[in-house]
Amino acid sequence: MKKYLPLVILALLAVLPVIGLSSYVMHILILVVMWSVIGMAWNLLSGYCGQVSFGHAAFFGVGAYTAGILYLKLGISGWWGLPLSLVASVVFALAIGFICLRLRGPYFALATLAMGVILRITAENLTGFTGGDLGIMLRERSWIGKTNYYYIILSLAAVSYWLVKIVTESKLGYYFVAIREDQDAAESLGIDTTLYKTIALVLSAMLTGLAGAFYMNYMGYIDPKVVFALHDISIVAIMVVMVGGVATFWGPTVGSLIMVLLAELIRNVPRLGTAHQTLFGILLIVIIIFLPNGIVGDFGKIKRLFVREAARS
Amino acid sequence: MSAVQTEVLLQTLISGLLLGGLYALIGIGMTIIMGVMKIINLAHGELMMVGMYIAYVLFAAFNIDPYLSIAVAAPALFLLGIALQKYLINPVMKVDSILPENQVILTVGIGMVLANLATIIFQSDYRQTPVSYGTKAWYLRDLWKDSPVDLSLSMPWSVSFAFAVAITGGLWFFLTKTDMGKSIRATAQDNDAALLMGVNVGKMRVFTFGLGSALVGAAGCLLIPIYYIYPDIGGQFTLISFVITILGGLGSTVGAIIGGLVLGLFESLTATYIGMGWAPVGRFVIFVAVLIFIPGGVASLLKSRKFGK
Repeated sequence: MKKYLPLVILALLAVLPVIGLSSYVMHILILVVMWSVIGMAWNLLSGYCGQVSFGHAAFFGVGAYTAGILYLKLGISGWWGLPLSLVASVVFALAIGFICLRLRGPYFALATLAMGVILRITAENLTGFTGGDLGIMLRERSWIGKTNYYYIILSLAAVSYWLVKIVTESKLGYYFVAIREDQDAAESLGIDTTLYKTIALVLSAMLTGLAGAFYMNYMGYIDPKVVFALHDISIVAIMVVMVGGVATFWGPTVGSLIMVLLAELIRNVPRLGTAHQTLFGILLIVIIIFLPNGIVGDFGKIKRLFVREAARS
Repeated sequence: MSAVQTEVLLQTLISGLLLGGLYALIGIGMTIIMGVMKIINLAHGELMMVGMYIAYVLFAAFNIDPYLSIAVAAPALFLLGIALQKYLINPVMKVDSILPENQVILTVGIGMVLANLATIIFQSDYRQTPVSYGTKAWYLRDLWKDSPVDLSLSMPWSVSFAFAVAITGGLWFFLTKTDMGKSIRATAQDNDAALLMGVNVGKMRVFTFGLGSALVGAAGCLLIPIYYIYPDIGGQFTLISFVITILGGLGSTVGAIIGGLVLGLFESLTATYIGMGWAPVGRFVIFVAVLIFIPGGVASLLKSRKFGK
């Protein structure tokens, strides 16, 4: 049964639009699925391989701008950005990896953070190429309804899930975990750590870039401050995985569900909207202190807590 | 080079140097925290933002000069730093988890909360402390009539620079001459050895976080007469101080001073000769170049010069 669980969930998600959900609910669903793709990508690099990235907005933005520039400069459909963003994000991942992967631990994290900021500032200043602060707007949307967008992002999510599963259950995944646990020991066992860290970074960047290209086509508007945002993209990517569970299959999906719903909930409460980052920050602090492995990772801990409460009463 | 070009270059170098002095002070705070606790404080810029708002409130409510408010802001930030370390960071250091970078992510969370609280309290307007001497400057031609170039020295910038140098000097004295300072340096060098020598390492960590926060709070007070504040100003300065620490060598105080000056000069040159918008890119070009060519930062250069190969 457990073997077919992903397929069952996929099938359930696939029939969801048929029951006629409102456009708002569909929008939330699309965001949840999109964030779970980004979360899975981040989880692959940071959760499994242990290279915590603070700059996933870089890849997200590269993907989004690939699609946007194709539309703006060549006048072809932004959907071509999906395949081409793979190429673009691989190029950027190799360049960023060359610079950042020589650093370890927190220093790698900060170097990637700086990379995200560099790309944002570059995109802001290269006004001729990226449109600068004005951003890029798609003048015509592909579809009015949300159903098609939903199926596209759902298939991307299915592919990502499948990719993460294949990778982590293969030799590659064991190499990743070995690097996370002790890089020197892994190196001395003959694992080419730089190579495998680069592979993890490239795979993660590709998935994030795809999500970025989808975002461009779905939202129809991007500017550097939106897609290269530190707090709204890079940190949320981290939070999605931290809340859900680091190095777990379902963590990113659970985390994105919670984060997107929470963000919508906070936005709907009057006067609380401006405080959403405070609440996110407090949530992050609480999660790190009490559930360091996230909801999925520490599920046993939560269960025990409730069971004990029940036994006491 | 014509006289005008020389003038522009010299003026750029002067403003770069003054900026660099402030950067050095901001960077030192981060580097001593990094050296002693081995964690990166990504809420560093946000702590500076808190210091700036303290100076702003004191100026707006009681018309207290921002330079005097250092006396309030630095102790306040010291206490804030101690509280953060004691009640948030220390517990996390004990928690077992898959990712050791949890502490860094925690400081991001702290930074988010601080920045957002500032937005709620002060709105996201740009604010200033319009001090009376804000636009005062000294001109070279006033002192030396026939000087071939005319240079100016802004008064608040120079005063801030002088304060930064004085605080750095005081810190140097504290770290090298007092018992407490020596204990901090010992903890930074080798945690376990310091513990064996009878240094209260836990106390030193808490104290160092407070000290680093106080330094950056003071830097905020120095910056506010020449800058403006808005709640999200912190992130930018967190990155600046991180670039300085990488440039200077992780955990090295001397390196941070040199790194701050180099960064100030370089940014000022990029702003003059390439364009204002590109100054932040120049900052990161340095960052990337340092990572590739001198991964140990200035500190490693100093060391290899001192001890030979």
